[in-house]
Amino acid sequence: MSKQNQKKTIRKVLLYIRQYWWLILLSLLFAAVSVVFTLYLPILTGDAVDRMIEKGKVDFTGLKDILARMVVVIAVTGVSQWVMNVLNNRITYSVVRDIRRDAFHKIQKLPVKYLDAHPVGDVVSRIIADVDQFADGLLMGFTQAFTGILTILGTLVFMLRINVWITLVVVVVTPLSFFVAAFIAKRTHFMFQKQSEVRGEQTGLIDEMIGNQQVVQAYGQEKKVLDRFAQINVRLEKYSLRATFFSSITNPATRFVNNLVYAGVGITGAFFAIQGQLSVGSLSCFLSYANQYTKPFNEISGVITELQNAITCAGRVFELIEEPEEAETAEKESEEAETAEKKPEGTLAGKDAQTGKKVQAAGSVQFDHVDFSYAADKPLIQNLNLEAKPGQRIAIVGPTGCGKTTIINLMMRFYDVTGGAILVDGKDIRAYSREALRSRYGMVLQETWLKDGTILENILFGREDAGREEAIQAAKLSHAHSFIKRLPNGYDTVIKENGDNLSQGQRQLLCIARVILCRPSILILDEATSSIDTRTEMKIQSAFKKLMEGRTSFIVAHRLSTIQNADMILVMKDGKIVEQGNHKTLLEKQGFYANLYESQFDLPVFPDSAT
Amino acid sequence: MKSLLVYLKDYKKECILGPLFKLLEAGFDLTVPLVTAAIIDYGIASEDRAYIFRYGALLLLLALVGLSCSVTAQYYAAKAAVGFAAKLRYALFAHIESLSFSEMDQIGTSTLITRMTSDINQVQSGVNMALRLFLRSPFIVLGAMVLSFFMDVQAALVFVVVIPLLALVVFGIMGISMPLYRKVQAALDQVLGSTRENLTGVRVIRAFMRERAEEQEFEQENALLAKSQLFVGKISALTNPLTYVMINLALVVLLWVGGLRIHAGALSQGQVVALINYMSQILVELVKLANTIVLSNKALACAGRVESILAVKSSLEMEKYLEKDGAAGKKADSKTVKQRSDNTGISGQVIFQHAALCYQGASEPSVEGLDFTAEPGETIGIIGGTGSGKSSLVHLIPRFYDATEGNVLVDGINVKEFPLEELRSKIGIVMQKAVLFQGTIRENLLWGKETATPEELREALELSQAMEFVEKKEKGIDAHVEQGGRNLSGGQRQRLSIARALVRRPEILILDDSTSALDYATDAKLRSGLKKLSYHPTIFIVSQRTSSLLHADKILVLEDGKVIGMGTHDELLSRCQVYQEIHYSQFQEKGERA
Repeated sequence: MSKQNQKKTIRKVLLYIRQYWWLILLSLLFAAVSVVFTLYLPILTGDAVDRMIEKGKVDFTGLKDILARMVVVIAVTGVSQWVMNVLNNRITYSVVRDIRRDAFHKIQKLPVKYLDAHPVGDVVSRIIADVDQFADGLLMGFTQAFTGILTILGTLVFMLRINVWITLVVVVVTPLSFFVAAFIAKRTHFMFQKQSEVRGEQTGLIDEMIGNQQVVQAYGQEKKVLDRFAQINVRLEKYSLRATFFSSITNPATRFVNNLVYAGVGITGAFFAIQGQLSVGSLSCFLSYANQYTKPFNEISGVITELQNAITCAGRVFELIEEPEEAETAEKESEEAETAEKKPEGTLAGKDAQTGKKVQAAGSVQFDHVDFSYAADKPLIQNLNLEAKPGQRIAIVGPTGCGKTTIINLMMRFYDVTGGAILVDGKDIRAYSREALRSRYGMVLQETWLKDGTILENILFGREDAGREEAIQAAKLSHAHSFIKRLPNGYDTVIKENGDNLSQGQRQLLCIARVILCRPSILILDEATSSIDTRTEMKIQSAFKKLMEGRTSFIVAHRLSTIQNADMILVMKDGKIVEQGNHKTLLEKQGFYANLYESQFDLPVFPDSAT
Repeated sequence: MKSLLVYLKDYKKECILGPLFKLLEAGFDLTVPLVTAAIIDYGIASEDRAYIFRYGALLLLLALVGLSCSVTAQYYAAKAAVGFAAKLRYALFAHIESLSFSEMDQIGTSTLITRMTSDINQVQSGVNMALRLFLRSPFIVLGAMVLSFFMDVQAALVFVVVIPLLALVVFGIMGISMPLYRKVQAALDQVLGSTRENLTGVRVIRAFMRERAEEQEFEQENALLAKSQLFVGKISALTNPLTYVMINLALVVLLWVGGLRIHAGALSQGQVVALINYMSQILVELVKLANTIVLSNKALACAGRVESILAVKSSLEMEKYLEKDGAAGKKADSKTVKQRSDNTGISGQVIFQHAALCYQGASEPSVEGLDFTAEPGETIGIIGGTGSGKSSLVHLIPRFYDATEGNVLVDGINVKEFPLEELRSKIGIVMQKAVLFQGTIRENLLWGKETATPEELREALELSQAMEFVEKKEKGIDAHVEQGGRNLSGGQRQRLSIARALVRRPEILILDDSTSALDYATDAKLRSGLKKLSYHPTIFIVSQRTSSLLHADKILVLEDGKVIGMGTHDELLSRCQVYQEIHYSQFQEKGERA
């Protein structure tokens, strides 16, 4: 990360922190109090030591007075330390909460394009791991960097007030530990690098072999694999030992420097004491300062790397938060009009006849000279024209990568067209608010995404204000009721992570129930049955048939058996519609569709199998 | 952790010398205040500069000796920890290799990989730290107390009172906050889970316009996380101020007692300074000890997880052990198996006798009531919907899983009586997921049979229809294969994994839905090639397409784990309803015509 970016990131962090400015002010105040008082204590201790010279020469009244002051100082320090810690925690975790909230909010607003281009793991790690790392750094920065610097400065002032020359000894020798630490870190860097290289190699092998253990065992390769593992393991041990050992020298080395400082103070202090320029109490005070002064120096290199790390992490989160959002082009009035128009439809959902009529009234979709490309230099869809009348069934077929799913993406406005327009009920979809537009669609995808929660909650995902009865009704319509009934807790069964306790087919039936509940005027089925075996698919088809009644539907499929009854089949190739018509006319044409169809179905014609 | 200590056995020397040198260093640390006291009491009092120099030099010497002791200690600790981890890693890997499919299913590969990597790394640093610090800190705390007794009993009593109190506070706070930290972790996991779920479901969430509801849910979880973090923070933030207050109050008392004792002539000024020094050393060490314990707790948790994997016994392995118990008996046994299978003279026969397989933890069997015989050289087709138990059935043959009921016999002998290696060497299996390994194509093929000649490899490649693309590669059969075969297409991977199985000229060949990525022409060529194999293996073909099974001698139709139809394609088409349905769902037009 460049210096400039770093500065920018720091400024953004400060923006988040700003609203807690009074907490920070308080925290700094308490930090200052606790540092000053912590430093004052050795002086009082020194004074106390000076009140007890030798046998019979102890000034008890003076001692009492000093000790009483010490108790006050200790109490104040303790309280302010605690308050400071609590305040720092509050600031840190509040800022972290705010950042996470904003990041999550951002995800809801980001174009699908962004999310498609970034792996889930990457985005998750920005919001979770990076923010955590940032929190650690921030907390450490607050508690250690600030107090550390204050301690160094404060100690310097206090020491200078007692004796300039001994102070000089401390100031000159202490930074040594800093250099020693840096020197060792530089040397060990190489070994850590080697270590992580070999570790990576080993993890690769582990991944490959344990991930595919079935094959390893089926071919009896266990021994050979183990030998390969052992070879890497030996190398790893070698590099690990070096890296671990050399990095662990840091502590003893810095401690050695501390001891040097201590000895230096002891000797020079003793000479000054002989000359009468320093009391024994002051010397003991100096000795404890020598310890306190070196501590922040030892810590500071760690704090700096931690802070740098934190800022890099914050930068990654901010990158996400600052991504441009989806363009919302709908005008205010039309948006309100749309939502108002939509509402009664939703509440009527229970009554089929009424809704049915209403739905039928709407649902026309028109593609008007549509151009689109994911990457500017690779046009995908060019000059696409198509008209779907209300209630029609449109199927889209074609080889992988021909742009079938892209059409769906455009209709849903997951992506925006780059040229031309898509009209729903005669109006450009960009003139609708996203909400108004999407409320017209019901979508079933190939991946059957379900939420963590009960079956009922998942069906109600379609329409929140629907009741249990309506949900059950929808489940019956989608043929899901019979298997739900047999689950241990029926509709209240909790679906395990990613629905692993349900089969693909069952999950798809739930997705269909979900769509039935929201009663859309336009239905989109994007490869909805492609991961299901053909026989189960036939069963689901009948659920789809019910669902499609009276609705405009778009069906994307690669299995042609599912779309033969469509009113219109669009055959796509390389982003263009190459053929258009119904099953019969297309077959008669003997073109691309007929070819596709033959390759999937006309197996017995193949000469080899006839023998 | 206990059972893991075995792997430290070879590092006894290091485990003793490491802490020992650490203690030596601590000993030198403890003498420093004594030297300082001497400087104050004699050097300054008698204004003896030479004395001060001598003792000052002694301080430097102590520092130097301390450094070398501690570096030595670090070395031994690192050596023991790293060596221990390497041994443990090897043992764990070997153990995982020996686990059977059912254990693998239960534990899950991703878990195993974390155990192998990050968990063992944590244990390694835990051992390293424990060897260095666990003895040092208590030694200094106790040592400081003992030395103070030598100076003055009354002053030492201050230490006796304050050290246990301090320990109580430090460990008490830790004891309270640790379970709370676990709660924080759980809250964080929840936040992570929600984020992941939201991202994977982005299309559905937007299509149903549930963004706001999702945000609200997240907000709640997020707030809960912050709240629990703050709560723990408040408690653990007590540690430092509390210990600070206690140790310094003890200092006040010490000064008062010190004053009294000096007045009585029992203590000198220098000694009081030394006692003050000890007090602050104790504070530092206690804080260190607390941190050590937090870290070692983490390491212990990791060690526990590693241990739990090592404790899992392979269900197949168990029987091997049983055989080993009677070592002599075992040898004879395996010989008889070989003799018997040689004597029977049949090769490639598979018999299912009322076999069933119920996976561990599953409530219902995946397949049951399997009763059929595959004669040598026959082709058996297996068809059924997703989850109907097709793979489970064929997995019983190489004994990936043990039949939970009934028996599976290969060449007339129960598979459980076969030595695993011998059984599996008879079988070539091609799995649903075509997996290749990093290396060359040749290396991958040699997995089938190590001693295969170039001609044999060539033959297998040709049969599997892989030759056409292998030849096109610049290096041909020695072309590089990336991890998992990423640089090859799905169809190419499938053909190579079929070739791998053919290289071993198996008596039994199992193709588990392994031609799904091949186009029809290639698939047909492959199948007709298999028919012409000179060594006539028994072939099991699992498929979802009826077209792949047209010429099988026998087709088994599975539904919900039961065989509901058996016969040739024509027989089944005329009398098995499910088979008809499957067939017509794929050949609608033709079916209607027929």
